[in-house]
Amino acid sequence: MYSVRHWSIRHSRLLEGLYRRFESTIAALAPLFERIGYGRLERPVAAFERQAKGLMFDCQMCGQCALSSTGMSCPMNCPKSLRNGPCGGVRANGNCEVKPDMKCVWVAAWEGSREMRGGDKILEIQKPVDHSLKGTSSWLKVVRDLRPPAPLSKAKKSA
Amino acid sequence: MTATAMDRIVDPGDPLPRISGHSSDGRLERVLRSGRFAVTAELNPPDSADPHEVYDRAVVLAEVCDAINAVDASGANTHMSSVGICSLLTRAGYAVVMQIACRDRNRIAIQGDVLGAAAMGVANILCLTGDGVQCGDQAGAKPVFDLDSTTLLQTIRQMRDKSTFLSGRKITVPPRVFLGAAANPFAPPYDYRPLHLAKKIEAGAQFIQTQYCFDMALLRKFMAKVREQKLHQKAFILVGVGPLASAKTARWMRSNVPGVHIPDDIIKRLEGAANQKKEGKRICIDLIQQIKEEEGVAGVHVMAYRQEEYVSEIITDSGVMQNRQPRRPRQD
Amino acid sequence: MTQPVHRSAGRLEAALRSGHFALTAETSPPDAASAGPVLDRAGCLKGLADAVNVTDGAGARAHMSAIAAAAILARHGIEPVLQFTVRDRNRMGLEADILGAAALGIHNILCLHGDDPKKGDQPETKPVYDIDSRELMRIARRMRDEGTFPSGREIDPKPALLIGAADLPVDPKPGWKPDSLIGKIEAGADFVQTQYCFDLAMLRRYLAALGDHGVLERLFIIVGIGPIASAKSARWMNENLFGVHIPDPLIARLEKAQDQRAEGRRICIELVQELSEIDGVAGAHLMAPKQEQACAEVIAESGLLARRKAA
Repeated sequence: MYSVRHWSIRHSRLLEGLYRRFESTIAALAPLFERIGYGRLERPVAAFERQAKGLMFDCQMCGQCALSSTGMSCPMNCPKSLRNGPCGGVRANGNCEVKPDMKCVWVAAWEGSREMRGGDKILEIQKPVDHSLKGTSSWLKVVRDLRPPAPLSKAKKSA
Repeated sequence: MTATAMDRIVDPGDPLPRISGHSSDGRLERVLRSGRFAVTAELNPPDSADPHEVYDRAVVLAEVCDAINAVDASGANTHMSSVGICSLLTRAGYAVVMQIACRDRNRIAIQGDVLGAAAMGVANILCLTGDGVQCGDQAGAKPVFDLDSTTLLQTIRQMRDKSTFLSGRKITVPPRVFLGAAANPFAPPYDYRPLHLAKKIEAGAQFIQTQYCFDMALLRKFMAKVREQKLHQKAFILVGVGPLASAKTARWMRSNVPGVHIPDDIIKRLEGAANQKKEGKRICIDLIQQIKEEEGVAGVHVMAYRQEEYVSEIITDSGVMQNRQPRRPRQD
Repeated sequence: MTQPVHRSAGRLEAALRSGHFALTAETSPPDAASAGPVLDRAGCLKGLADAVNVTDGAGARAHMSAIAAAAILARHGIEPVLQFTVRDRNRMGLEADILGAAALGIHNILCLHGDDPKKGDQPETKPVYDIDSRELMRIARRMRDEGTFPSGREIDPKPALLIGAADLPVDPKPGWKPDSLIGKIEAGADFVQTQYCFDLAMLRRYLAALGDHGVLERLFIIVGIGPIASAKSARWMNENLFGVHIPDPLIARLEKAQDQRAEGRRICIELVQELSEIDGVAGAHLMAPKQEQACAEVIAESGLLARRKAA
């Protein structure tokens, strides 16, 4: 929701702290997730993520969340879905070129980043969106990416 | 006729001999790296399938600038594609800056266009985001934006320096191109803009063309931060300039073209003038002369939409070319 | 009978409208930022093919852009058929390229859907599909005939193009109507090039059905064919290429041959000659990935060009 989105950006530091704790929690649960199976978890987790992040950030479920690096302002709300914004068309009042009534997502991102401890992540280059991940859960992806891949069995290694 | 026999024919569009340490074999990079103040201008593409329309527009500009930008559907209105224009211009020996916008093509098409452009002799590519589709006459078109200007820079740099596509697949002859990006110091968020520029330079930008500069105070603030981060030593910055036809045009632009900032004192100056068009030209020349004095600025980028005939006068009268004659194919 | 109006200034249209059996071939742009490799591959077709298709992001993989490769061919006296897929560009990108193509001396375009990015080596790419291939034909036809963009904005002078689409010959069941092809004609197709068709008996039945529905008077049909490399290749094609059926007798012939590749070439030449005798077939479209030389030889040895000069 638009108003909640901006509340979240204003409270980026608080959310940064909350997310850090959330991330370590789900990372610790990784062995459990593996036993249940990521395939089975995908639908319920994605559904919950969509509701929660949808409310807080107007999340578009791109599947590769970058909120920590964009001052808690979701870049997919940018009509040009810029992962490394802003563009040159920002209006003098800080509003969007394409949607004149909307504050520029990246003006908001910059402001949000200044409040955060890890705010300088906004200076890092974000990769292009992987469209094949659309609709999938970023949270599960984070957990999967944190875990090292299972080692090959000895038999396969010697082959 | 075999391909080798073809190669021996000298074409005015042939690249200049390679210089070690240069990314491209084009004139613009040479001018900038030699420390000379560069001038680039914009060519607005015609709504025509006739190549002569393109040549007619280019002739007016070429005598006075080091490279011509082939604009890519600016204002989200379709015209002849930038690849098409560039191919025609390079064939006739003009130095072109091809603009690639991320709005209309995905990464497969864009990588293809980069190889195609380089094969047609394009030596400079400006990586842009692109205007939103809503401001054009086909507002229902699907905006693509698969890449953004930063990741576009990285993509082309990978193609050029690592000879691979984004997928890792090999490119047998890499594109030798000088990479550029746009910057707009005159729109919010002002504090982030120099840092955002640093990001683009890190991604591969070697030259920058800015949006119109009508406000020297803002430019000076921006350039101070740029110098602080030594960005002017990592990329060549060309500041955008252009003539305003009248006070009315100026007012219209600042209300209707997001990102263009025109301060009140410029508008007042136009309003007070007997001949507004002449005053607009004089303002442009004044700005160019001030911009030239700003440390870290490597050139100007002249954008004269619908007033291309003035580009020549403005550049000559401002004295920035210092009697250089840029268009000398095969003599550079 | 009134003289047909030429829509383009190209050799392909001239061949088609004069009743000659047209011969087209295909090439894929290289992974290089240089004109040389384009000509290395397709140069052998000069003077032989009436036009050479340039594929556009085939297999959903990036290569040199089709428009640049086509411009390079055109500049060197080889007439291209520029393929446009609607997968990678929105309508604005496509329209801009149509204008660019016309200005670069390209006379023919072929409008296609395009393979899904998931099939290629960059599955993370955003598929565009802003408009479908039929809408693209409609837009191209409007640009050509009315000289306007979809918004009504004028284009002066108008691009002169021959517009094509793809087709897949099928064995017509009773009551079958060529709705898809009629749809393409109405969208603006002047010609179609078909997928490989080695089963000429089936092709005759297909053409008869098309004839019954008046399609043959409104459309030039150029049938796809190619030199098969081996019996193994033939079996692979039957299994993997949708709608392609290489009849068993041909596969048997390949199997028995000492030099399967040469036999495949010979079969192709025979089929092309046979196609030139079938009413309703306006030409043959030779396809053999990365084997442009083989296609050039087939055209030369078919004797069909010599027949034209004698006529």
